[in-house]
Amino acid sequence: MNRGKVMSEAIIKHLKDLPLTHLMGAGTSMCAGCGGLQALHETYDVLGQKTVIVNAAGCMTLLANYPYTPFRGSWLYTSMASAPAGAQGIRDALDILLEKKRLPAEEDLAAVVLTGDGSAYGMGLSATSAAIERRLDFLYICYDNEGYGNTGQQTSAATPHGARTATHTGIAGFGGEKKDLFAIWAAHRPTYVATVIGSEPLDLARKIQYAASIKGPRLILALAPCPTGWDYDPMDSVDIGHLAVKTGVWPLKEYRDGKVTHTRMPHPRAPVEEYLARQGRFAHLFNPVRNEPLIAEIQARVNDYWCAVVS
Amino acid sequence: MTRALITGNAAAAWGARLAEVDYVPAFPITPQTEIIETLAGWYARGEMQGRLTLLESEHSMMTAAAAAAATGLRVFTATSSQGLLYAMEMIFAVPGWRAPFVLVNVSRAVATPITLEPDHTDVLAARDSGFVQIHCASAQELLDSVLIAYRIAEHPSVRVPVLVNEDGFYLSFTREPVDIPSIESARRFLPAFTSQDVAFRASKPVSQSVAVLGGSPYSYFRYELHLAVTHALVAYNEAVEAFSAEFGRHYPSVESYCCDDAEVVYFMIGSFAAKARQAVDYLRARGERVGLVRPRLLRPYPADAVRAALRGKRAVAVMDQNLSMGFGGVLYAELAGILHGHGDMPLLCGYVGGLGGRDISLEEFIGMAGEARIAAASGTVPKTRLLYTGGELREVRKLQAIAMAERNESGQSHE
Repeated sequence: MNRGKVMSEAIIKHLKDLPLTHLMGAGTSMCAGCGGLQALHETYDVLGQKTVIVNAAGCMTLLANYPYTPFRGSWLYTSMASAPAGAQGIRDALDILLEKKRLPAEEDLAAVVLTGDGSAYGMGLSATSAAIERRLDFLYICYDNEGYGNTGQQTSAATPHGARTATHTGIAGFGGEKKDLFAIWAAHRPTYVATVIGSEPLDLARKIQYAASIKGPRLILALAPCPTGWDYDPMDSVDIGHLAVKTGVWPLKEYRDGKVTHTRMPHPRAPVEEYLARQGRFAHLFNPVRNEPLIAEIQARVNDYWCAVVS
Repeated sequence: MTRALITGNAAAAWGARLAEVDYVPAFPITPQTEIIETLAGWYARGEMQGRLTLLESEHSMMTAAAAAAATGLRVFTATSSQGLLYAMEMIFAVPGWRAPFVLVNVSRAVATPITLEPDHTDVLAARDSGFVQIHCASAQELLDSVLIAYRIAEHPSVRVPVLVNEDGFYLSFTREPVDIPSIESARRFLPAFTSQDVAFRASKPVSQSVAVLGGSPYSYFRYELHLAVTHALVAYNEAVEAFSAEFGRHYPSVESYCCDDAEVVYFMIGSFAAKARQAVDYLRARGERVGLVRPRLLRPYPADAVRAALRGKRAVAVMDQNLSMGFGGVLYAELAGILHGHGDMPLLCGYVGGLGGRDISLEEFIGMAGEARIAAASGTVPKTRLLYTGGELREVRKLQAIAMAERNESGQSHE
C-alpha cells in the first residue's frame, strides 16, 4: 500500500492488508504510549487526506501546533462544545458549492470530527445530538481515555465506576457510572456506530473502511488506554488494550441498520481484575487491602452485559 | 429600486438577500426571529439560492457560520442578547480565523432579570472580540449597513466578521419607508465573494485555528487581528464613499446633527438617537445651540472623527444605554479615553438610561442639556446619573406591594 493512498479501494480482510507505514507524521506532542494516538494513526491510514479534521478542546488539540501538523489533510480547531457544528458549517458549505457548481467534485472533503471523551460524552453532546438529528454527513471519532486527560485526568462522564481520578481520590474511586455513549448514539438511529481499540487494528480498520464508505452521521468510539491518566508504564498500552477486550470490559461492536452486532466475543472471558490490576487508577482495589466487594461489583457489571448479549 | 414600508428586521433580511448570501446558520431568539424566518422563506421559495440550517444553539450557530465562511461561502447570521452571550466563546474565537461574514445583532437587555426590550449591554459585551461593530438608527440604514458590512469584512486587508446592530422592538418591529436597491445596483456595489486562499479544498490542505505555545506567537496573531480591525476604518470610509456614489446615501463613521455652532451636544448610538434629535430640534427652536453626535462605527473606534466632531464644544451629555456594573457607561469611558490629553475638548457628563427599553423622555434630554451647560460653566464634572423618575419608582413600589399582598394571601410568611 502506497503512503498517502486512501485504502478504501481494496477491502481489508487480513492483517497483511494493513499499511506498513503511517500517513500521519511522527513526533507529535502526545504522551509516549498514547492509546488514542495509536487508534488515530490506524484510522487516518484508512480515511486518507481528503478530510478536514474538526477538533474540539482536548489532548489532540496539541497535534496541530503552529507551525507544525502531523496531518496531510486539513484541520480546524473549534471549541470544546461545538466541533459537530463546525463540521455542519463545512459540510453545508461544500454541498452548497457543489450544488452551485463552484467546486469540482474532486475538491470535496470528508468532514471528520475528532474529540476526546470530555467533549463527546459531555460538553459537546448537545451539538452532537443535534448534528445526528439533522442527518449531518460526518464521521465522529472519539478517543475515550475515560477522563479529562489533558488537564490531569479529572473525572469525566466516561470515567468507569471505581476508578481513581484527580478529583475522586478516595478509597472507592469514582462512585458514578460511565455513560453509555454507544447506546445514546444508537438511540438517534444514525447510519453507523462502532467501538474500536488501537490494539485490535484489523477490527478497527474494517470498521473505519465501512464507515468511510457510507454517508450520514457515524461514530467511531475508540477506547484509548492512557499511561499518564490510568497510571501504567507506556510500554503496556497494547497489553492493556488487549486485556480490555479479553476481559469483556470494552466490547467490540457495531450498530448498522438498527441492529447491534458484536464483532468479537471474548470466550472464555478473562477475570476483570487482570485488566484492573495493571493500572494505578485501580490500585486502591488491591492495596493496602483487597476490596473484594468492589472488584466483584465491577465483574458483575461485565457479566451482566455479556449475559444480555448472549440471550 | 422599490420603496416599501418594512420593519427593521425585514430590512436586515433584505440586506442579506441583496448580498446574495449562500448560507445562513440560525437559531431563533426574540426579537431576531423575523430575520431568519424571512430568509428561510426566501430560500424555500427559490427567491434566494443557498441554504438556511437551524442549529441547536447560538454557540453552534456561530461555529457553523465561521466554519462555512472558512470553506469559502458568503455567510449571514443573526442573534440577540442571551444568544450573543451564549455564543460569546465563539464570538471571541472566530475573528482570528480571518473568515469574513456578517452578524446582525438585535439588541435586547440581558438577564437578570430576563426581559425582552433593548439596551446595549449585550452588544458592548462583544466589543473586544475582533468583530467590527456598526450601529444603526433606522431601517434604511440597517439594510444599507449589511451591504456595507460585507464590503468591509471581505476587504483583503481586513477579513474579519462584522456585527451590524439594531435595537430590538423600537427598530426591529417598527415599519419605516425603505428604498430597497435593485439586485443589479447591489451587485455593482458588492462583487461576488472570493475566498482568496482561505478555504478547505482537497488539493490544498490547510490547518485553521491551530494552537500556539508561548506568548510571542500568541501576541503576534493578536496584534495582527488588532491591526486588521484598525484597518477596517480605511475600508469603512472607502465602502461608504462607494455606497454614496452608487445609492446617494451617506454614512459617515460619525454622524453629526446641528453641530457646527453647537455648545452642548448629545453623544449616543442606535435608534434612541432619534429622541435626542427631537430634543435638539426643540431646543434649537428656543435658541439654544445644541447638537447630536452619533457614532455609527464603534469598532474600530473612529477616534479622529469623534474628536473632530467634539473639538471646541463646551460640554457633552453622554447617553449610555448600557451599564458596566461598578463603573457606569461604556460609551462615556471610551469617549473620556480618546479625548484625554487633547486640547480644546469638552467636559463630559455621564447618563445611564434606556435600559430594558425604558423610554428617555424629551424632558430628560432637555434636563441633560441644561446640566451639561451648568457643568461647563462651573468646570466641575458631575457624577454619572442613573435616569429614573419618581413616577417609575412609585410604579415599582406598587408591584412590590402586590407581590407582598399575594404572598400574604397565600399564607406564606415573608419573615
